[in-house]
Amino acid sequence: MTPVLELSHITKRFGPLVANEDVSLRLGQGEILALLGENGAGKTTLMNILFGHYEADEGEVRVFGETLPAGKPRAAIAAGVGMVHQHFTLAGNLSVLDNVMLGSERLSRIGSDRRAARKKLMAISERFGLPVDPDARVSKLSVGERQRVEILKALYRDARVLILDEPTAVLARPEAERLFETLRGMTQDGLSLIFISHKLHEVMAASDRVAVLRGGRMVAERATSETSSSELAELMVGRKVQRPVRQDHAIGAPVLQAERITIVEEGETRLEDISFTVNEGEILGIVGVSGNGQGALGALLSGLMAPTSGALRLNGADVGQLGPRGLIAAGAARVPEDRHAEGAVGEMTVWENAILERLRSAAFSRFGFVRRAEAKAHARELIQRFDVRGAGPDTRIRLLSGGNMQKLILGRCLATGPRFLLANQPTRGLDEGAIAAVHEELLAARAEGAAILLISEELEEAVQLSDRIQAIVKGRLSEPVAAGEADARRLGLMMAGVWDTQDAA
Amino acid sequence: MIEALDLLMSESLWAAVLRIATPLIFGVLGALLCERSGVLNLGIEGIMTMGAMTGWLTVYLGGDLWMGLVIAALAGALMGLLHAGLTVPLGLSQHVSGLGITLFASALAYYLYRLIVEVGETPPTIEPFRPYAVPVLSDIPVLGPVLFTQTAPTYLALVTVAVLAYVLARTPLGLAIRMTGENPHAVEAQGLNPNALRVGAVVAGSALMGLGGAFLTTAAFNSFFPEMVQGRGWICIALVVFASWQPGKALVGALLFAFFDAYQLRLQTVVEGVPYQLFLMAPYVLSIVALILVARRAEVPEALMAPYRRGER
Ligand SMILES: Nc1ncnc2c1ncn2[C@@H]1O[C@H](COP(=O)(O)OP(=O)(O)O)[C@@H](O)[C@H]1O
Ligand SMILES: [Mg+2]
Repeated sequence: MTPVLELSHITKRFGPLVANEDVSLRLGQGEILALLGENGAGKTTLMNILFGHYEADEGEVRVFGETLPAGKPRAAIAAGVGMVHQHFTLAGNLSVLDNVMLGSERLSRIGSDRRAARKKLMAISERFGLPVDPDARVSKLSVGERQRVEILKALYRDARVLILDEPTAVLARPEAERLFETLRGMTQDGLSLIFISHKLHEVMAASDRVAVLRGGRMVAERATSETSSSELAELMVGRKVQRPVRQDHAIGAPVLQAERITIVEEGETRLEDISFTVNEGEILGIVGVSGNGQGALGALLSGLMAPTSGALRLNGADVGQLGPRGLIAAGAARVPEDRHAEGAVGEMTVWENAILERLRSAAFSRFGFVRRAEAKAHARELIQRFDVRGAGPDTRIRLLSGGNMQKLILGRCLATGPRFLLANQPTRGLDEGAIAAVHEELLAARAEGAAILLISEELEEAVQLSDRIQAIVKGRLSEPVAAGEADARRLGLMMAGVWDTQDAA
Repeated sequence: MIEALDLLMSESLWAAVLRIATPLIFGVLGALLCERSGVLNLGIEGIMTMGAMTGWLTVYLGGDLWMGLVIAALAGALMGLLHAGLTVPLGLSQHVSGLGITLFASALAYYLYRLIVEVGETPPTIEPFRPYAVPVLSDIPVLGPVLFTQTAPTYLALVTVAVLAYVLARTPLGLAIRMTGENPHAVEAQGLNPNALRVGAVVAGSALMGLGGAFLTTAAFNSFFPEMVQGRGWICIALVVFASWQPGKALVGALLFAFFDAYQLRLQTVVEGVPYQLFLMAPYVLSIVALILVARRAEVPEALMAPYRRGER
């Protein structure tokens, strides 16, 4: 195979950190290459060097045999490289066509040929099976549609090599599968593709070849047909990773009880007549397809929404109206669904984030002043105890990888020894190593007697961790089933809402 | 009461509206251009003062009136370059830099003025732009005397509205500037340089502000004095929001404010028993009301005031 793309001996440092070390990589014509690695392995950095966002300290990039000048996205685009970034680069207030056309015409042009552009866009959209409305405002589009716009942007600039950075991170399973079908179709059209992922199943399903990056180094390359998930998992993490197993133990008294709670917001019923109990030393799993009321349930248990009717009891006391601060004071802790939006303040440091929820406690404030030394010591302790890597107390928290940020948020919750913990999608977007670590901590908290409510879309995770499982469908909860009796078929039926008809029968 | 309504019928009122609006039009277009690229330019008040002084001084020292406008635009551009340098590549706070430039440019303008010009009892004067009656068009009843018997810079301001509206909406450059104000990462990802676009937009916008200032000394009046911009820059900053960052609406906003201003001035002479300070306040109060009514729906450029640094996350 003739290489359409060659990276040779790329090294990139950020201060003391070596993000890429002597990495070489080739991509063949018509090939789909998966770039596999844990969070922080250096995948995005490598692709940013290829695209010219970053300049490598050493090494060079060749596209179709020509060396690319370093640090010039414009040259990469001209050479036929297109990139779909991990964080979309779109302007929400502008139309799809505007987003696609940007940069495609000379800036000194007096007018802009929008008609020709529209025609070209529609032709491409048709040819690759990526339907879009060119006049729609991007902010009105779903994430799936936005991703389509990103791909179209690259194709519009006549990309021959397309790079997708964690394209499925924002997609639901069926959407992801459709995406890979589209990508496969593109290779038939002569495109060559690299996609980045840390999900083994999609790498196995969708790629021709896999390159594994670990700690900034290229540790292995395999033809997909000649490797296996377990081999790749081990190569990616560098050791055998195993998720911890839940041990049976005695379950204690009820800690959190929801009694026939209904929440109506702006005329819409968000939760309808739900009841559940979480006991001491127990994990109750709530499974369901996203968008079925998990948001409202999470908000209820964080004090952000109050029940319209029904009662929420923590250790017997009614806590439904307490609000977030009251709920925390009453002994509840939460790992929110979206760690960037609700879990941490990105621009603030690790130590500030570590004490955010307990600003008023005497441990961290005196006479209205923050006790910095104590707060930093506390942050240091969390970092050590929960194995948060790549950060000190003074690091801005947005610089942490997803897994490490999650460990810190979880640590912040567990450090207080909560009676009740809400873990809302605690492993979303994390790699295998970090998932195992988070599971470990949740099970440890359970062993210590915390009552945990786990909301998860990953069935495997829910079954592994939970003592009992309930399904949430359209704002209503099924009866609980014990983990032992929850096989995939039964859960599937529950998530489809089939328990209703059983009641009726 | 009848007299107050009569006033609305007078051609001279409407001609004055356009005259009063002219520096606001330049100013608001300039501020709008900066903000569309993502940079708030609070240097506007000082930049207008600088334009007023340099434009006037050029003519006083023997240049012609057009030369005065060019120099004023250049002086504005220079101040804009300073603001852009501090806020774009260095990423400093746009508020602090802008206010700093306002203080600096206002003081510098007056200092240079005092250094170069002998000021006696009354400030020296120049021969300003005279109203120019456009042949044929100025003979149209009502419209003629209002629209087509203005000074040259007023015509220039109106043309600038159309040009800027076209450039922003219809050209690749305009799209790139708007995109830079929305998401500079998107601009970079498409192979353009967002910071270069920002510097360019701020420099050009500041040149327009300079022209707005120069109108005051070369057309509205014929001399320079230090406090003459009188908060017009701040009005422009508010008008940008009122206009939802669109040149056409910016023109409407400037005219509306100018109307309040011209009308209250004339009302003072016909309505008795009301302290004149209340009239002076009226345009500002009405502008705030208009702002409240309109601006809640305004679409702020998403990356306004967010500095962009390459290779940073
Ligand atoms: N702009 C940057 N400045 C400093 N450190 C960075 C920057 N970009 C990435 N890093 C660091 O480089 C390492 C690799 O990051 P990245 O390439 O984003 O990993 P991946 O995409 O594989 O998750 C991480 O430790 C990250 O913190
Ligand atoms: Mg990445």
